[in-house]
Amino acid sequence: MSMQSQLLLVVLAPLFGALLAGLLGKKLGKKNTHRLTILGVAIAFAISLKVFFSYLYGGAQPLNITVYNWASFADLTIQVGFLLDSLTAMMMVVVTFVSLMVHIYSIGYMQDDNGYQRFFSYISLFTFSMLMLVMSNNFLQLFFGWEAVGVVSYLLIGFWFQKETAIFANMKAFLVNRVGDFGFILGIGAIFMLFGTLDYAPVFSKLNSAEVLIGNINTDEISPLAVVGLDKTISVWGEGSETVQWSLISFICICLFIGAMGKSAQVPLHVWLPDSMEGPTPISALIHAATMVTAGVFMVARMSPLFEFSETALAMVTIIGAITALFMGLVGIVQNDIKRIVAYSTLSQLGYMVVALGVSAYSAAVFHLFTHAFFKALLFLAAGSVIVALHHEQDIRKMGGLYKKLPITYWCSLIGTLALIGTPFFAGFYSKDAIIAAVGEAQGFASGFAQFAVLAGVVVTALYSIRMLLIVFHGPSRVDAHTAAHLHESPKVITWPLILLAIPSLAIGWLMAEPMLVGDYFKDAIVVHDGHDTLQALREHFGNAFSFALHGFVTPVFWLMLLGVVAAIGIFWWKPALADTLSKLLTPVRKLVENKYYFDEFNQKVFAKGAVSLGNVFWRYGDKAVIDEGVIDGGSQTVVKIAQKARKLQTGYLYHYALIMVLGLLALLAWLLFVA
Amino acid sequence: MSLSHYLTVSAILFAISIVGIVINRKNVITLLMCIELMLLAVNTNFIAFSRYLGDEVGQIFVFFILTVAAAEAAIGLAILVVLFRTHRAIDVEQLEELKG
Amino acid sequence: MNVEQIVFYFFAALTIIAAIGVITVKNAVQAVLCLVLTFFSAAVLWMLLEAEFLAITLILVYVGAVMVLFLFVVMMLDVDYAALKQGFTRYLPLGLFTALALFAVIYWVVRSKYFGSDVIPEPAKHGAEYSNVKELGRLLYTEYFYAFEIAGVILLVAIVAAISLTFRGRRERRGQSVPGQHKVSKEDRLRVIKMDAEKAPSDELEQTADQNDEQQRGNS
Repeated sequence: MSMQSQLLLVVLAPLFGALLAGLLGKKLGKKNTHRLTILGVAIAFAISLKVFFSYLYGGAQPLNITVYNWASFADLTIQVGFLLDSLTAMMMVVVTFVSLMVHIYSIGYMQDDNGYQRFFSYISLFTFSMLMLVMSNNFLQLFFGWEAVGVVSYLLIGFWFQKETAIFANMKAFLVNRVGDFGFILGIGAIFMLFGTLDYAPVFSKLNSAEVLIGNINTDEISPLAVVGLDKTISVWGEGSETVQWSLISFICICLFIGAMGKSAQVPLHVWLPDSMEGPTPISALIHAATMVTAGVFMVARMSPLFEFSETALAMVTIIGAITALFMGLVGIVQNDIKRIVAYSTLSQLGYMVVALGVSAYSAAVFHLFTHAFFKALLFLAAGSVIVALHHEQDIRKMGGLYKKLPITYWCSLIGTLALIGTPFFAGFYSKDAIIAAVGEAQGFASGFAQFAVLAGVVVTALYSIRMLLIVFHGPSRVDAHTAAHLHESPKVITWPLILLAIPSLAIGWLMAEPMLVGDYFKDAIVVHDGHDTLQALREHFGNAFSFALHGFVTPVFWLMLLGVVAAIGIFWWKPALADTLSKLLTPVRKLVENKYYFDEFNQKVFAKGAVSLGNVFWRYGDKAVIDEGVIDGGSQTVVKIAQKARKLQTGYLYHYALIMVLGLLALLAWLLFVA
Repeated sequence: MSLSHYLTVSAILFAISIVGIVINRKNVITLLMCIELMLLAVNTNFIAFSRYLGDEVGQIFVFFILTVAAAEAAIGLAILVVLFRTHRAIDVEQLEELKG
Repeated sequence: MNVEQIVFYFFAALTIIAAIGVITVKNAVQAVLCLVLTFFSAAVLWMLLEAEFLAITLILVYVGAVMVLFLFVVMMLDVDYAALKQGFTRYLPLGLFTALALFAVIYWVVRSKYFGSDVIPEPAKHGAEYSNVKELGRLLYTEYFYAFEIAGVILLVAIVAAISLTFRGRRERRGQSVPGQHKVSKEDRLRVIKMDAEKAPSDELEQTADQNDEQQRGNS
């Protein structure tokens, strides 16, 4: 089979699964539905794995395939195509693997749900959309995938559409994402303005020709962008001579990053992600932890040739990422909903990825994306397993002491937690340490703050992760008696995906760190300018995966992590009274954090209320007063008034008509004789 | 006798018939008769021009006008009869169904 | 002043006076008779213009048929004509003004400056051998034959219209409905009623009473 048809199969197999499950689900029955969709995703996974290995070990070359010419305008051709390189291959494996696990897991998790077939249709459709996003070779297809995953996310957050909160959450997610998407489409428009094309290849080759100039010309005199004609500016504000001119490249990068902020839930567009936990847990694992929310990170990494030319945009990326990484982690400490804790953890980890992007450590960011996908999906699915076991109880204050009853779930959670907090040898350690090291090397704007944020984030991560683990699985049981009597380990369809995800959470770090982090796996996909390479130092000191991990035990990062773990054990397990004392001591801070820095209140009061009152003004004065009463009613009333006057002309008397006719004749004759 | 004489006579006839239409506000029959007068004025014009221009087609026109006028008179009187039957009057001032 | 001029002025004056009479006299029959006089004197003017056929036709057809029809209608309708003439003078100024203005405009065009005998001289009189009827007949039955036929149709339509407007008899048509006859079924024509061979006299009485009731309800 040719490469093109293999790639087509990767995207179309889940699509067919989704269509069959969605359209014929009721006829197929539950079993056939999940068999078909799992088969589709499994095919996609098998091919993705094969492609991934060909890049990892075979050193395959990037491949740019155009499948279909969708539309052609004067100087714009819109194509459907695939850009296959190491980055794409990695994303394909992540998406299809986690998707496959979630499909299998959902058999158990969703078995009693009325929307079983609908659910499978949606997650297969999501897999298709996400694959279209990562495999795209042009911006428009990227945007298609971007929007499609947004739609599926909307559908899945509101999967239980009879729940009021779920409807609110999915509307919120969709609206917040629209803000980001607006920036994104503006960025795409600006790309077309600057490059005259929407395909990746010409854009990257042009940027590449600018990049090779960097060492060869005196960059103080003339910027390399000017040489290749990319130093255009755009006026973003004002008119005439007072315009504020921005570099178009920076404008593009910032706009694209605003899109990434929406999808990857960065402050201040993060508000939708915690609420998206209203959806079923498998969805939280697949979409809101492992794949869709990393789309922004993936996109920025994919656009690394572009971002490398904009210090401004990179500084913005760094600050946003650092804020998200630290402050969202803090919120995680005070949450009591098991899924929300993991959600805030996801936000924090996404912040880490974004910080890494900001300091040009793209491969560290993407590697963290890679490892995070496994251990965060694992944590979510484990949380789901707990939730199922407790009959949909999500409050951790009603859990406790579960490790005996749910051994597999417990061990998998433990592995996931250790990976998350960055224990050496676990997956998260390699990626997180690389990010911290890269931020330490960074010289750019706000790098000091970023450094503080990522280091403090380590303590915070350890604190909330261990807190959750202790409260849920250890300590006295607070489960109510009726549920406790029926408490037992989840069925095999649930535990097997956990085990299968636990293995990469343990091992993927030291297996892949060498090629991906310090090797040249991403050499074709990611561009870093010489001066920016913050991973250079890491590369020199890495040695091999084993020695790096051993060295990890003596770094300050490890001790910070240990501090977090010990603090968590001390506060939440050893002396629970200490937690109360602390919370009383830090009441203002606790209140601020518990209310999530009042982002939701701000949005509700300013944007939602503002939009409603603006709408009210338009409705009352624009629609009712001007259009309804002025134009429509006013128009008809004017017609009625004129008609009431005009009807007086119709006397009904024959001689009036005759007289008027004669007078008209007279006037006409007079005009003909004396005027014309 | 010049053409002008004949045309003046018919113009006077026409003017008289218009006076008749304006001043007779009640009697439909008078209105019909005034229309006959008007047609007579027009026909006189046609014949005068036919004579002075030496073209008999003008007389053909009069022939047809007479035909149509006869038909019109017949139908007009028929309507008048029907009108009288329904209203018991031929008073034009009472015929105001078209009043706006 | 030659004879022709005397005849013209006399009959032109008569035409105008009779026309004024048409619109002013109180009696409708007199008005119709004034109209007849107008037509007569106009016919003389037409004769002067050598349109002998039309002059005769005007008298025969118009005076003989149309005007008689007018007389019929006027006499047939029981109308108080004196009452109908009320308010006559009220509108006279308006009517006179309109008519004078119109006449002035027309006269402005037809005065002798444009149509006088020195502008358009009177053609020579036709000889005794000239036949106006023959000439008109030639035109009517050759060039204007279709128009002539159409004129005939118009008259026919007028007759039909006049009759149908004033017809007061029954309007429905008596005829057969052939499709209805074909569609008819046995049940429509024959109703078999099951009844006892004998009846108690009291029942019969009740039934007739019922029938009467029904009939009354139907009538009301």
